[in-house]
Amino acid sequence: MNERVLLVDDEVEFVETLAERMRTRGMEVDTSTSADEAIAKAEAHAFDVIILDLKMPGMDGLQALQAIKAKRPEMQVILLTGHATLDKGIEAMKLGATDFLEKPADLEELTEKIKKAQTKKMILVEKQTEEKIRKIITEKAW
Amino acid sequence: MQLMSIFKPKFWDYEDVAAGPFKHLFNFRRIWKQTVFLTLAVTLSPLIFMAAIDYRVSREAIDTDIQLRTARLVSNTRRSVTFFLEERKSALSYVTHDNLLEDIMSHERLADILEHLKHSFGGFTDLGAIDERGIQKAYAGPYQLEGVDYSQEQWYREVLERGSFVSDVFLGVRQTPHFVIAIRCHCPTGLPYVLRATIDTDKFNDLFAGLDVAGHGDVFIINRRGILQTASHTYGAVLDPVPLPVPPFSERSEVIDTADLDLNPTVIGYAYIEDTPFILMICKNKRELMLPWKATQLEILMFLTVSVVAILLVILWGASFLVSRIHDADQKRVATLHQVEYSNKMASIGRLAAVVAHEINNPLAVINEKAGLIKDLFLLKESYAADEKLLGLLDSIIKSVERCGAITRRLLGFARHMGGPPSIQRIEIKDVIHEVLGLLGKEASYRAIEVSVDVPDNLPGIESDLGKIQQVLINLLNNAFAAVSDGGHITVKVRKLDEYLAVAVVDDGCGIPEADRKRIFEPFFSTKTTRGGTGLGLSITYGLIKDLGGEVQVESELGQGTTFTVTLPLVRKPEKGSDNACSVGG
Repeated sequence: MNERVLLVDDEVEFVETLAERMRTRGMEVDTSTSADEAIAKAEAHAFDVIILDLKMPGMDGLQALQAIKAKRPEMQVILLTGHATLDKGIEAMKLGATDFLEKPADLEELTEKIKKAQTKKMILVEKQTEEKIRKIITEKAW
Repeated sequence: MQLMSIFKPKFWDYEDVAAGPFKHLFNFRRIWKQTVFLTLAVTLSPLIFMAAIDYRVSREAIDTDIQLRTARLVSNTRRSVTFFLEERKSALSYVTHDNLLEDIMSHERLADILEHLKHSFGGFTDLGAIDERGIQKAYAGPYQLEGVDYSQEQWYREVLERGSFVSDVFLGVRQTPHFVIAIRCHCPTGLPYVLRATIDTDKFNDLFAGLDVAGHGDVFIINRRGILQTASHTYGAVLDPVPLPVPPFSERSEVIDTADLDLNPTVIGYAYIEDTPFILMICKNKRELMLPWKATQLEILMFLTVSVVAILLVILWGASFLVSRIHDADQKRVATLHQVEYSNKMASIGRLAAVVAHEINNPLAVINEKAGLIKDLFLLKESYAADEKLLGLLDSIIKSVERCGAITRRLLGFARHMGGPPSIQRIEIKDVIHEVLGLLGKEASYRAIEVSVDVPDNLPGIESDLGKIQQVLINLLNNAFAAVSDGGHITVKVRKLDEYLAVAVVDDGCGIPEADRKRIFEPFFSTKTTRGGTGLGLSITYGLIKDLGGEVQVESELGQGTTFTVTLPLVRKPEKGSDNACSVGG
């Protein structure tokens, strides 16, 4: 199953190139150059993983992360930044980010992390589904 | 010179080369001089003034005392001499009244009278009665002088005229000094006659012998021509001329200050004795009289000297102490200003580095991805996939981007800690050393300096402030780079000592002279002031190490090299007080 990825970064060149490279590796990639656009896209489509730049004009990565997590908690977010600090990373993880990566990132490493995140998401979705079914069963009291 | 250096305050040789806000507020040498001279002036001048007045007053008091004593002695002695003469005149007068003229004019009776006078008064040698024509009618004494004619003698005329006469002293036939007293009387017929007596001067000498005159005093009588009438133990025997000027006439006793022939200061008291040619003189050696004054003078001088020396020492010490304190305080002020500036500078560099690194990171990411994409595309096409050269070029681009990434990451790592708030974390000292050397590595390779790192693998991590440790290492390594010549060696060694980690930076550079070694951690001590050194690098390093709870030691041998050893605690101890200026402006 192909991974559905949303790539968010204010640098168009970077986003487009990385997206193309990911597509050559068989992923379904959508791009976005601002946080607002990304939130809208995340709401509208079902992505497995969202890769977010931490530093963007307007709303920054951490705020976008919170907004997305509020609406689509199952979506996995990996933060990508040129400004990696331990405390920022810890903060992001606390807010629900799956992983953390420094720019310029190695594509193989990124792919690996995306795969892990997708697996995590699938488990999460499965669990959620199971939960729902169990709920329905207990509620209907068959 | 050695003695001078003990008293020389340490700010004396201090030269303020700084400008602007880092300039010292005061010229310490001038303050010191002003303080010393002003306090010396206000303390010493009254002291010296009072001492001078005391000196003068006590001298004048003693002078006056000498004059008064001399004047009193002269008066008393004059009274004695006058009394002596009056007594003899009265005796003669009594003789004329108590005897008939015939008796006086008879040799036998006169001899009797002389005998009585000798017995009662003493000093009488002979006695003669002279009639109105000047012929000695009767004579009692050792010579045959009856019938001698005195009518032409000066003294005879004088006695007839004035009623009495006292002669100068003369030796006479007997060669013993004596003088004559004569009085005029009137016989019942109304005609004058003269009774004349010769008196030995021995009596005078007896009179003076009893006097106790201070200052080796000399009491004698001269006549109005300056001839000695009594013996003087200073100026010679009777009838010798006195080598002193005859003092001017005065009715009262007088005292004059003069000098004798040998120019010795002399006090002379004199008095003219009424109705006689005699002048009573008392000479005293002033130098001897002033001996008690000399003692006082010595005491005043001693007191003055001791006081001046004590005041001088206290003022010198006090001024040096106070100005040293001001100097230290100002030194601290300037050092703090420098540290604040240093912290601000580090914070600025940190911010700049962060911005630069971040801005470069974005295009780097683009290059990385583009190169990656090209590689991807090449790998998909068979014709390019086999072209190793093309792929090699791409790999080289990607590797260069990776290197750039490593550099920006390192820069960001520093930026975070430069001037930022202190953050305590677990640190692997080996990583820190490699990171710092990574930044300074270029200089080392340009100058062919061999930098080796000697860190054992099993070292524990330490709890400390990464930023401060980085700054300490950068400062020490920069110093080492400055000390070694091109092609030199620098070694960074780390060892574990109980609860501490000892980091030693060893170089084989020029070394530090022993005299400088004690001072290198002092603020503003620099041997490269002319080359733009502020003299703060090591003092700031010292401050940072102290902040980290560590110690720093330096060993050095001229021409052999220097070792700076920093010991850092493995576990950071709780800090006392607040962080110092290094965190200002973060």
